[in-house]
Amino acid sequence: MSYSDYLIRRAIQAIPVLFGLSVLIFTITRVIPGDPVRLAMGPDVADEQVDAFREEMGLNEPLHIQYVEWLSGVFQGQWGLSLRTGNNVLFDIITRLPATFELVLVALGFAIVLGIPFGVIAGTNKDHWQDHASRITALFGVSMPRFWVGILLQVVFVGMLGLMPLQGRIDGNPPPHTTGMYLIDSALALQWATFVDAATHIAMPAFALGLATLAQIMRLIRSDMIEEARKDYIMAARASGIPQNLIHYKYMLRNAFTSSLTVIGLAFGFLLGNAFLVETVFAWPGMARYGVQAIINQDFNAIVGVVIVVGFAYVVANFVVDVLYGTLDPRVRLRQGGE
Amino acid sequence: MSNPLLEVKDLHVEFDTYDGTAQVINGIDLIVERGETVAIVGESGCGKSVTVKTILGLLPEADISQGEILYKGENLLELSDAKRHARRGKEMSMIMQNPMSAINPVFTVGEQMLDVLKWQGQHRVGITDWVRDKFRSEAELRERAIDMLEQVDISAPERVFESYPVELSGGMRQRVLIAIALLLEPDFLIADEPGTALDVTTEANILELLDDIVEEHDTSVLYITHDLGVAREISDQLNVMYAGEIVETAPTETLFEDPQHPYTRGLLESIPQLSRGIGAGIPGKLPDYTDPPTGCRFADRCPHAETECREVVPHLRRTEPEHAAACHLFEGDPHLDRHQDAVTEFPYIGPPPWQADTDETEVDVR
Ligand SMILES: Nc1ncnc2c1ncn2[C@@H]1O[C@H](COP(=O)(O)OP(=O)(O)OP(=O)(O)O)[C@@H](O)[C@H]1O
Ligand code: SF4
Ligand SMILES: [Mg+2]
Repeated sequence: MSYSDYLIRRAIQAIPVLFGLSVLIFTITRVIPGDPVRLAMGPDVADEQVDAFREEMGLNEPLHIQYVEWLSGVFQGQWGLSLRTGNNVLFDIITRLPATFELVLVALGFAIVLGIPFGVIAGTNKDHWQDHASRITALFGVSMPRFWVGILLQVVFVGMLGLMPLQGRIDGNPPPHTTGMYLIDSALALQWATFVDAATHIAMPAFALGLATLAQIMRLIRSDMIEEARKDYIMAARASGIPQNLIHYKYMLRNAFTSSLTVIGLAFGFLLGNAFLVETVFAWPGMARYGVQAIINQDFNAIVGVVIVVGFAYVVANFVVDVLYGTLDPRVRLRQGGE
Repeated sequence: MSNPLLEVKDLHVEFDTYDGTAQVINGIDLIVERGETVAIVGESGCGKSVTVKTILGLLPEADISQGEILYKGENLLELSDAKRHARRGKEMSMIMQNPMSAINPVFTVGEQMLDVLKWQGQHRVGITDWVRDKFRSEAELRERAIDMLEQVDISAPERVFESYPVELSGGMRQRVLIAIALLLEPDFLIADEPGTALDVTTEANILELLDDIVEEHDTSVLYITHDLGVAREISDQLNVMYAGEIVETAPTETLFEDPQHPYTRGLLESIPQLSRGIGAGIPGKLPDYTDPPTGCRFADRCPHAETECREVVPHLRRTEPEHAAACHLFEGDPHLDRHQDAVTEFPYIGPPPWQADTDETEVDVR
């Protein structure tokens, strides 16, 4: 079996996972106690109207019939109505997903671009001040709730220094819609002022969202670098005169990075679903906030929709991680290939 | 004899461990003359690898509490990191002990060889140099690398160049390691038990090959082995090491004709048991480095030990003009300058019983 066959098999394995997830979340949203329709329509509406609406939504059907109808709808782009917004849930998600997606990507970008070199520096200066500084940063990063980091950033950079915008995605007009991600859209349209506008808005929420992941990556890289330094092949590389920084950033990092890859893959899905507090603090019109509103309001179609999207993101991220594993480590590629 | 290539003087290496300070290397002295092959023999754990890694400066966690490592007259321990690194690969290099773990598994053999050829002991690569390098043709360096692979008798050098270590057999990896170590044609090569991880035939081939290449390039070699037969074949000078000390040193033939130190004799007598590892034929085991004996480090395993042995350190003494042993069974002037003053305090417990019984001293090897 070649490595690409292995990857295809992994991709196919994801299908029953997503299917199971949809069954599970569909059932849970519909059997938890409470009356979402009544909640949505308010206390002043007559019982008959509530019943009629419930009938219209198909909520009086047996659960499995409801599921089958929902599932066939999903493939036709009809993800059910949101009780809160009255829109097709797919539409609600599509309008909000790019904002969250962009936020998570930039947050992960921060985490990777800063976490890796900091981890390398800490690991190659074990027990020196660089290492201690990284340890303290990491402690701060993982112990502070993300929204609280966001508020601190707002206090310092907006309240005290007045350097950054407080909230929102943009001050001026949004760029023409291509992907819905303002940084990419403005760059594609060559609107650099808009790009800077969007970048200054996204910097703080993305940093707040990504700090804990940054800390995780940094510490993982650090400990893996320390372990790598003891490897025979690293000593051999030094003995043969390969430059020190090349050994650190190429020969040691390639091995040290692989365990962070898993963390990054998981963080992607996790942040997508858990960005809501940061989104709230920064008035970020994203999907995570929509998901939490849906939970509060027992907006079951919206809950299912958001969970499926986040689950799908997990699956895709893990698949990408698998591909990267094979690219970075020939042993993985060859071992799978040898079977 | 006046200007050796490498001279190690009174080297002490310690490690901080959870059980306390491990005094692993306890004052060793070595001389490698130009064009000479010097061997160190000793059982597993006696500190052979620590010694040679210290010479190359590969053990950042080691505490070199005392000593000098003179290479071409310069003390390596006083050089800056950059200057020291400039000597790695080009001046001196090392064949690491285990071919299975000494090649980076995630890069091709070729990539690792090219980096050695490209950067030749630079301490750091500047970003601009690194970027510029990406646009340079590698054809010439590639040819040099493949040529080196050919020299170590690899029959499909192009294929090996493109291979990852997992795709290569142990013998192949050992050849690759030798090729990498010799790539920049160093004057001084350290070989840490090459071939021992392989089967006997492959090992013999590798040794022969190494011997030829070294001869051809006129490389000086410090050769680590636990196989006395191998040491006898390839080396000019032999050092027997026990628990971080050199206990006997002599030109190889002299040492085999007249082994003096009880440890050396034990090693020679236990040759039939070599399959169980050198030193296995001598009862007992190496002392604890965190709490080494005060006198002779071999006393607990020595059949001739007397109370004096446990009290007074037996420094190397010259028993013959070119032969020195660290044992109170022998008399002689101190072998090392630094021990000149200590001479009068040595107890003498000799003569060695085997010389008293019989004149026949040669022990048959192989
Ligand atoms: N980094 C280190 N920290 C602490 N102790 C160490 C370290 N490196 C080596 N030692 C100790 O030094 C001693 C000598 O080890 P060394 O690797 O030099 O043995 P060796 O003679 O090469 O044996 P072998 O034939 O098995 O390779 C061992 O007891 C080992 O535990
Ligand atoms: S000094 Fe004593 S204990 Fe040490 S090797 Fe000689 S006889 Fe044995
Ligand atoms: Mg060793």
